[in-house]
Amino acid sequence: MAATRETAAAVRDVEQYKYGFVTDIESDMAPLGLNEGIIRFISAKKGEPEWMLEWRLKAYRYWLTLTDEEPAWAKLKFPKIDFQASHYYAAPKQAPALTSLDEVDPKLLETYKKLGIPLLEQQILAGVAVDAVFDSVSVATTYKKKLQELGVIFAPFSEAVHKHPELVKKYLGSVVPYSDNFYATLNSAVFTDGSFVYIPKGLRCPMELSTYFRINERNTGQFERTLIIADEGSYVSYLEGCTAPQRDENQLHAAVVELVALDNAEIKYSTVQNWYPGDADGKGGIYNFVTKRGACRGKNSKIMWTQVETGSAITWKYPSCILQGDNSVGEFYSVAITNNRQQADTGTKMIHLGRNTRSKIISKGISAGHADNTYRGLVRIGVKADRARNYTQCDSLLIGSTCGAHTVPYIENRNPTALTEHEATTSKISEDQLFYCRQRGMSQEEAVSLIVNGFCRDVLQTLPMEFAVEAQKLVGISLEGSVG
Amino acid sequence: MALLEIKNLHASVAGKAILKGITLALEPGTVHAIMGPNGTGKSTLSNVIAGREGYDVTEGEVLLDGKNVLAMSADERARAGIFLAFQYPVEIPGVTTSAFLKTALNAKRRAEGKTEVDAMEFLKLVKAKTAALGMPYDMIKRALNVGFSGGEKKRAEVLQMTLLEPRLAILDETDSGLDIDALKVVSEGVNSLRAPDRAFLVITHYQRLLDYIVPDHVHVLAHGRIAASGGKELAVELEAEGYAKYLDAAA
Repeated sequence: MAATRETAAAVRDVEQYKYGFVTDIESDMAPLGLNEGIIRFISAKKGEPEWMLEWRLKAYRYWLTLTDEEPAWAKLKFPKIDFQASHYYAAPKQAPALTSLDEVDPKLLETYKKLGIPLLEQQILAGVAVDAVFDSVSVATTYKKKLQELGVIFAPFSEAVHKHPELVKKYLGSVVPYSDNFYATLNSAVFTDGSFVYIPKGLRCPMELSTYFRINERNTGQFERTLIIADEGSYVSYLEGCTAPQRDENQLHAAVVELVALDNAEIKYSTVQNWYPGDADGKGGIYNFVTKRGACRGKNSKIMWTQVETGSAITWKYPSCILQGDNSVGEFYSVAITNNRQQADTGTKMIHLGRNTRSKIISKGISAGHADNTYRGLVRIGVKADRARNYTQCDSLLIGSTCGAHTVPYIENRNPTALTEHEATTSKISEDQLFYCRQRGMSQEEAVSLIVNGFCRDVLQTLPMEFAVEAQKLVGISLEGSVG
Repeated sequence: MALLEIKNLHASVAGKAILKGITLALEPGTVHAIMGPNGTGKSTLSNVIAGREGYDVTEGEVLLDGKNVLAMSADERARAGIFLAFQYPVEIPGVTTSAFLKTALNAKRRAEGKTEVDAMEFLKLVKAKTAALGMPYDMIKRALNVGFSGGEKKRAEVLQMTLLEPRLAILDETDSGLDIDALKVVSEGVNSLRAPDRAFLVITHYQRLLDYIVPDHVHVLAHGRIAASGGKELAVELEAEGYAKYLDAAA
């Protein structure tokens, strides 16, 4: 496996978190803190129509009633967040309305190049269209024209608000309402950018769509919002990646992702989350509180979530599926790696409402150092979900003896014809396995990377080809120094 | 110069002395068999040579081509050409035999300053090796040792050995858990690897294996020492008379 070797090489060559640099670029920022004025400021910066501002304000006013109602049920420990200590808008200063990628600030192009995401189309990954979000704004979207010809809308969210208000109005908040939970409500009030995707009826989108999120400014939160609509009989595969500079203070990331799959449509959503995890002593790192939910609204529709979570000091994230349409399918594949002092509480919810709905959950948690890794999941089968089926498999791998793995599965079944299965294992990388690999000439790092990649294989295989290799490398790098 | 030289080797596990002064020299091209009853230190000897943790070498030396093996980590020893065929090959779920073999092969090639083999070259190489060993090629698509029968596990060890072309191959009770057909296949594989620049250390309980892998020298290990050495006829004698006289003599 070439990836394991490259991992070891990467570990030797670079410091553990190689995306920790800061781009020196002048920013346009909102004043510190959060109040109605800030929300009007954000809305004005984006030149939003009145209805959008009203929606934000409605969310903000609701959020004010939620004081001290941050969800406390997750197995996560962190100091109370001061929501007045962040900037809620930061954008690189640049003349607006770019007509082509050539006009993007070279510093930004350089940043994305360093991150391995070339934005100039001649250098770009073949068959992958990229939307690059830098702090609060989208700075570039590639292959826009080609996609347009097919009827695909792939645009920064703020642009979609202007150009496709009917679609945004119809679907925004229809899967994750503004009142859903503390962080989703905050996001609804202050969200800045993100991607908007619409796939027209019957189209199998010929390229992967991808958004690359980058937090750059100090003391800013990133609150992006992504909305993907797959119209009847369409298919789309979408991938997001995330990185942030290495800083001593914690930064907040509270995103919302909504997916809507209509009759016979399929959405495949993959995430490689590599926000800065903090240092070995747990200083700094991103607080990642994300609400992701997909609605299989139409019959025979399918939503598949794949996530590789290696970054962030704290991960609080449960990409879920609401299986409304008869025969609809929800799948969740997850690899969550925590090392040092990282904490992850992640899993999914599969809500079966329609008949013959099926869901599958494969979760692989890897914990090393002093980290805690929790799988939390809910399988709910409604009264009308005749013959619904769920299969859940949760495997935890421990490296060393100071980390924790926890599994908290809930099953609520209200239909006697439904069938649910749950399997769980917890294991350790054994001395025998390590010695066996080393006796065949592999270094300790190579051996750990190989064993962990094997453990995650079922999940990594579901990633689009272009990103599977990247993810394999990341798995090795994020566990560097975890053994011996 | 001997390929492997063991000089007055003493080793203990958790404070208990197991090896009490072993001296042995393996010339290139030779096969040495170490025989002895359970609990006399046979596996300790192979683990100490391979560099497994948990063994304390309290005295003595191990030299491979004149180089101090004891100063190297387990993976350095492997890359220097020491191969241990395990008595109980370890299962690694999710890691295909093919991925494992390729990672190991390339680790060794890198250490030797050679270019790594790519996927195509590798598959060609493995195809040839499995065919030569009479093994089903599909085996390499399965997770390493997971669900393998005893015979398949040992064959996989031989396949690894064939690919890694070691200077010194240690076979630790390779015959345990094998029926006669599997034993033949494994032995043929080992015999095909006998070469003028390679040495074998075959550790076994029974003479049976030595009917197939015929040794140049046989040593009896008893109470952590070499109690007797001889030619292949010593193995036959042991089979007839048992280990009792060596155990009594050494004790």
